[in-house]
Amino acid sequence: MSPVTALPPTEVKRSNKPIFLVAASTGFAAAAQIMMKFGAGHPMPKIDLAHPATIIALALAILTNAPLFFGYSMNAGMAVLLILALKDGQLSILYPIISLSYVWVNLLSMYFFHEHMNLFKAIGIALIIGGVGLLGKVSSRE
Amino acid sequence: MKTPVSSIFLVLLASVIGSFGAVFLKLGAERLRYGLRHALNAKLVTGILLYIGSSIPFIMGIRNGELSVLYPMVSLGYVCAMVWSRLFFKEPITPGKIGALVMIIAGIVSISAGR
Repeated sequence: MSPVTALPPTEVKRSNKPIFLVAASTGFAAAAQIMMKFGAGHPMPKIDLAHPATIIALALAILTNAPLFFGYSMNAGMAVLLILALKDGQLSILYPIISLSYVWVNLLSMYFFHEHMNLFKAIGIALIIGGVGLLGKVSSRE
Repeated sequence: MKTPVSSIFLVLLASVIGSFGAVFLKLGAERLRYGLRHALNAKLVTGILLYIGSSIPFIMGIRNGELSVLYPMVSLGYVCAMVWSRLFFKEPITPGKIGALVMIIAGIVSISAGR
């Protein structure tokens, strides 16, 4: 058997596709976080375990809370992309890429919640993008 | 505002649980190579449950304390995931991966400090 065929499939494939899948999944994760923040602002009924009707009321409130519902759906979308990426890619390369969601959340929060950019955030965003770029290079080399 | 040790512990716990979730997701995802009918396997379900479960100590943890201190604690999960990748999947730990991880963790610390 040649050394190449002896390698597990993860190490034979050198495609960057898993990296792009995780990067796309962080877009879903960020959208989910923003949606959930909007959803958290909706009033929620208190549950009282002694009164089963209050549990149904809470379940209905969650299901009819559109931002929260979409937030959960986005998280499911994120999970699907992450799983598809992990099928072929290395965990040690793909897992840290999830940190890209910090970048999107900070940028989206400027638009949706009028948060301000500052030097610390800008340096942080640059470092995360640089780190993810380095992981991309590592994955195409190793 | 001071950050209670219990909050730090809860967020670190969430990060470690999440990193194990990733290991099970990877184990389950590899089964998909044999076709999509393997989509619902026990490892994948375990991974998803660990992932959802990790949000419970995380939310409990960030309820009290400074987010600029607590958010960077999530980075422990990235370090753990790299160690588990070496242990369970024989993935090499290379200078490039370590460098990238250091950059990412420094980035998270910086963003959290800027909040």
